[in-house]
Amino acid sequence: MGKGITMADIKADDSLDLRGVLCPINFVKTKLKLETMDVGQVLEIVLDDGEPIQNVPKSIKEEGHKIVEVKKEGDFFRLKIEKR
Amino acid sequence: MVDKFIEDKVTRVPIKQDGQEVKVDFNDLKSGGFIKQRQRDLFAVRLRCPGGRLDTKKLVEIAKLADKYSKQGVVHFSFRQSLEILYVDYKDFDNLVRDLEKIGQKVASCGPRVRVPTACGGCEYNPNGLTDTQKMAKMVDEKYFGTPCHHKFKTSFSGCPIDCARTKEMDLGFQGVVEPVWDEDTCTGCTICSKACKEDAIKSHPETGKPIYDPQKCIYCGDCIRACPTESWQAKRYGHFVRIGGRHGRHPREANNVANFIPDEKVPETIEKTLEWYKVNGKKGERIGKTIDRVGIESYMKFMEPVFKSGEPLKTNTKPGWEKV
Repeated sequence: MGKGITMADIKADDSLDLRGVLCPINFVKTKLKLETMDVGQVLEIVLDDGEPIQNVPKSIKEEGHKIVEVKKEGDFFRLKIEKR
Repeated sequence: MVDKFIEDKVTRVPIKQDGQEVKVDFNDLKSGGFIKQRQRDLFAVRLRCPGGRLDTKKLVEIAKLADKYSKQGVVHFSFRQSLEILYVDYKDFDNLVRDLEKIGQKVASCGPRVRVPTACGGCEYNPNGLTDTQKMAKMVDEKYFGTPCHHKFKTSFSGCPIDCARTKEMDLGFQGVVEPVWDEDTCTGCTICSKACKEDAIKSHPETGKPIYDPQKCIYCGDCIRACPTESWQAKRYGHFVRIGGRHGRHPREANNVANFIPDEKVPETIEKTLEWYKVNGKKGERIGKTIDRVGIESYMKFMEPVFKSGEPLKTNTKPGWEKV
């Protein structure tokens, strides 16, 4: 898995480990963190497989931010989000 | 249909209309949205709220009128999203209708005719929404409300396959759909679409992570499009999934799935042709679902073919699921 991901590693300005955090609290935490950051900065979040990875990326997009990197690591996903 | 337990078939009451006293039958009143209550002389007055949407200024005015005319000071949200003012004395009808007209609020109707359409919030503000259900409900209300039929004729609009407006239970229901299309060049193989898909219609390639799409499993909800970080999933076309002949009530019947991807501009024609077929093939007091059971869905499909060609007609012999042609 993931051999085809061509995105280069992007440096994160901040990070949030959301493993074990349920929907929609994981999204709310992401949103609140992004609000403290500047436009163009990158937030790294770690999400569980299942419902969180089903829902959170959609909501981040709908808030107008950009997901710039996705990596699957075992049972969880590491996402990098550029604040817009 | 007349509810024989509540309706008083013989009582004709004097009522003032345009300043003149006329005799009005309680049953005639029902067609005008005045529904007799158990209590003597008292009626529920059903307002016309297509899609359950009201602007707040009008709502404030309605509230004032409800407070003025309801003997018990209560309203009820009907099961079809319209507001009903309860405990209205029939002697006040004339004044209430005139006051409602002043604020631009119309009264709904019951009986054998096209009813006020219901709808979910739709794509205007609901993130799941694929079609502008509110716009469609408004259009149907303006164009077809009150059209006489063999029986009641209920329509509804759901904006997505979650189907909050229960199109399966409507005489004619429209549910929003989107056909996804994938662009390989921009896809990074991140696998999020396969996770976002709740229908198992997208699997990720074990090596590249890129999607393997099974259109037979797809219900066209658009979750893949919404989730994709690189916009590699795009909307090829939006439209309505069409269901016919559903009803709830004493003898529920699940609708037949008849067409997919019917565009907005073909919805009026779908309604007109359906009503035409129902008029010719139906009987008095028969819901369209019963007509379909008696005459056969093939007759309806053949009649609708010119309209359904604008999208995709479905094989209708598969229930409760549906099969793509």
